[in-house]
Amino acid sequence: MIEVKNLTRNYGTTIAVNDVSFSVKKGEVLGFLGPNGAGKTTTMKVLTCFMPPTSGTATVDGFDILEDPLAVRERIGYLPESTPLYTDMMVEDYLSYIAEMRRIPQAQRASRIKRMIDVCSLRGVLKKDIGALSKGYKQRVGLAQAMIHDPAILILDEPTSGLDPNQIIEIRQLIKELGKEKTIILSTHILPEVSATCDRVMIINEGKLVASGTPDELQNEAAGDSVLYVAITAKQSDIESTFANINVIKASECISHSGGRYSYRLVIDKSQKDCGASVFQLAVERGWVLSEIRSEQLSLEDVFLKLTTGDN
Amino acid sequence: MRIIAAIAKKEFKSYFVSPVAYVLITIFLILSNWLFFNMYFLDKEASMRVFIARMPWIFLFFVPAVTMRVWAEEKKMGTMEMLMTLPVKDYEAVIGKFLASFAFLAVCIALTISVPMTVSYTGDPDWGPIIGGYIGTILMGTAFLSLGLFISSLTENQIVAFILSLLVSFIFLIVGEHFVLYAIPNAIVPLFEYLGFGSHFMSISRGVIDSRDLIYYFSFIFFFLFLNVKSLESRKW
Ligand SMILES: Nc1ncnc2c1ncn2[C@@H]1O[C@H](COP(=O)(O)OP(=O)(O)OP(=O)(O)O)[C@@H](O)[C@H]1O
Ligand SMILES: [Mg+2]
Repeated sequence: MIEVKNLTRNYGTTIAVNDVSFSVKKGEVLGFLGPNGAGKTTTMKVLTCFMPPTSGTATVDGFDILEDPLAVRERIGYLPESTPLYTDMMVEDYLSYIAEMRRIPQAQRASRIKRMIDVCSLRGVLKKDIGALSKGYKQRVGLAQAMIHDPAILILDEPTSGLDPNQIIEIRQLIKELGKEKTIILSTHILPEVSATCDRVMIINEGKLVASGTPDELQNEAAGDSVLYVAITAKQSDIESTFANINVIKASECISHSGGRYSYRLVIDKSQKDCGASVFQLAVERGWVLSEIRSEQLSLEDVFLKLTTGDN
Repeated sequence: MRIIAAIAKKEFKSYFVSPVAYVLITIFLILSNWLFFNMYFLDKEASMRVFIARMPWIFLFFVPAVTMRVWAEEKKMGTMEMLMTLPVKDYEAVIGKFLASFAFLAVCIALTISVPMTVSYTGDPDWGPIIGGYIGTILMGTAFLSLGLFISSLTENQIVAFILSLLVSFIFLIVGEHFVLYAIPNAIVPLFEYLGFGSHFMSISRGVIDSRDLIYYFSFIFFFLFLNVKSLESRKW
């Protein structure tokens, strides 16, 4: 549905997007993840034909962004980053203006507008000036204008920013729902949002694509040594000598003890699969009482930090 | 075509939601009427010569105030990004906005109807120069408009747009004036005289509609609308 090839965009001497290539399949929900200034917004501005790339190409539904910008724009619903809206217009007038500009046939206009009012819960603010709305309501108006022509592709730059928790959940559900038939690209800083809504994640840093995959894949790929917390009732010297003799345990540290029960934090080499089971096995062999075993999951957050901070 | 109409309608309405438009119209009407009537009842001349002759100088300030926000505001607010990612051709947006500001200007000019009414009530005027004067006024105002719209598309600061439009309009007003023509080499006098608004405006407002003057205004308007489209195409902000 969307093919991006070697896309580069400079602002003067700043390279905002650097040789990025990717493709998005029909019906896929792709999340752009990256720290501030990574180039997410810039990529979206190029895809929506707001500004041309410095080099590289992209096609949307088979149409080239440089040769057929109008065909591309027709197929996309776009929510720009800071949700720029005409603050002096009433919500109602604004939606009908956009409906007109989107060439929605007169006969369907009213029903499309009504649908957007329902989906984005705008009923109560129709007669208000957009400038007088709270940030969250502006965001909803922004979403409504992006979806009003029922586009095949949605490009949403930080769609949930400024929304209250209930609304965030609703919008995520909506995105998931829409994602069944539409192709969606969204950008976000909120990591759980990616796991909650996206089929695939692209992590961008300093204009470059640093990782891409399903949220699960990324978690596994970037996983390093695993960390295990265990609590054992046994003789401390026995426990420590046993741990010291096992190669895959790279470090063990007693964090607390009470009575005869010792809590350890174990760092286990990434070559060892299924370390929980192995420790359990070990305890049985040694006749230890294992009262706790808990592994520390590397979250998407850790993956993100790992890939986007320089020190790795 | 429908898109142009939709943009024009929305832009025209947006003039009237802010109090600025009403302030502008009021100042325009007070100024043009006052400048006319304070002379009129002294001279008792049943013509609008004085009124028409002052229009370029009123427009010099009035039109940049009408056009300054048109593009600059869109750029500043970021709504340009919304507009330019709709399936709209650049020229459609330019013409839509141009038509809206033209309609606004036309409303303002129409509101000066009190002047010809007074003239015809108190005397027996020659209608040729009055109609010619209005045509000249509309053409000149529209030329100022297209210039001001283009300049508004170059900046996101309304005040900068206002001052620049005023300056450039001023240059077009005075290049054909005598004191400029005396100061420049003879060879380029005809060029300057042609470029300046003055000679074209004066001949139309005498009631002589010459196709050369019409061509001058239409190409002026077209040229700056064209530049406006070009400046949208080269968006680098
Ligand atoms: N109009 C502009 N002029 C100059 N530089 C710009 C402009 N817009 C963005 N940049 C630069 O391009 C780079 C990428 O910016 P971009 O807005 O695409 O980042 P982003 O990933 O969307 O960040 P954020 O998460 O903060 O929204 C940044 O270094 C930024 O400073
Ligand atoms: Mg951004």
